[in-house]
Amino acid sequence: MPAIEMTNPAALPADWRDILALTKPRVMSLVVFTALCGLLAAPAMPPFVLGFTAILCIALAAGACGALNQWYEADLDGKMRRTAKRPLPAGRMDRQSALHFGVGLGGFSIVLMGLATNWLAATLLAASILFYVLIYTVWLKPRTPQNIVIGGAAGAFPPLIGWVAATGEVSTLSLLLFVIIFLWTPPHFWALSLFVRSDYAAAGIPMLPVVKGFAVTRRQIFLYSLPMAAAAIAPWPLGLAGLTYGICAIVLNFVFLVLAARVLANGATDADQMEPEKHLFAYSVFYLFALFTVLVVDRWVA
Amino acid sequence: MRQEDEIVRRQRDRARIMALLLGAFVVLLFFITIAKTGMNW
Repeated sequence: MPAIEMTNPAALPADWRDILALTKPRVMSLVVFTALCGLLAAPAMPPFVLGFTAILCIALAAGACGALNQWYEADLDGKMRRTAKRPLPAGRMDRQSALHFGVGLGGFSIVLMGLATNWLAATLLAASILFYVLIYTVWLKPRTPQNIVIGGAAGAFPPLIGWVAATGEVSTLSLLLFVIIFLWTPPHFWALSLFVRSDYAAAGIPMLPVVKGFAVTRRQIFLYSLPMAAAAIAPWPLGLAGLTYGICAIVLNFVFLVLAARVLANGATDADQMEPEKHLFAYSVFYLFALFTVLVVDRWVA
Repeated sequence: MRQEDEIVRRQRDRARIMALLLGAFVVLLFFITIAKTGMNW
């Protein structure tokens, strides 16, 4: 491709690929998946087009959160290797466009959700966007090492919203799905933050390993894994899921706890020696996909 | 490639995508209306 003579790249209209990157498509995939599972696990099934629209709205809201997060953290992103190439810190897009895009997309997703499904789902969707942007990104993330713990609630909304979009009400299993993701988030992100600690330290973000050190973070990972495992297995003894789910949940959580114990036993401070942390991070993504898939399969097979 | 050419290319790309999205939105609204009114075909 020939070189472009540009005096100021941000003065150009943003390329559609950069607008798409603003929505953090990879994060969106996990959000869409958990929301879909919440919707499919619900006892009532809406017409296909309404279910599709509910998932679309949740995906758009996640995209809005990604855009508003990148708008607010553009300066911080520029200081971290992992995020320096994003459209805003790289100067391929101006901040105001990102703000307008995020607000517009978020508002659109809420109104469409309300019109297509029900206003309780739309209210929860609005709450999740506001929680992620205002409580997590603006307030907690730059101020406290517990940012991930409370901020994790924002990522826990999608299955709950999917469920409410289908049924119009909040029930025990939907709340358990919320709790599972809420408790899964700290071990997942702290495992990552251990081996990219220097990035967070350079950006001045008070992640737990930066503020409290490696040992405390590893202990917290293991401690959070215990209630997470209990919450993940709970639907089976509570009679909200069948034997298939119960057995799979026990196996998945046993492996999770073994990997968390390996992290606890690891004393490394060099990222190159943090294989247990990398394994736990990778497994935690698989774990969530597998657990929610099994829940839906169990629900539909039973 | 000059900056003016790049601006035109990006505007054209964005206009095409916006047209596609608007078309998809109209189709989606149509089917949502059908589903909400409970019409069976």
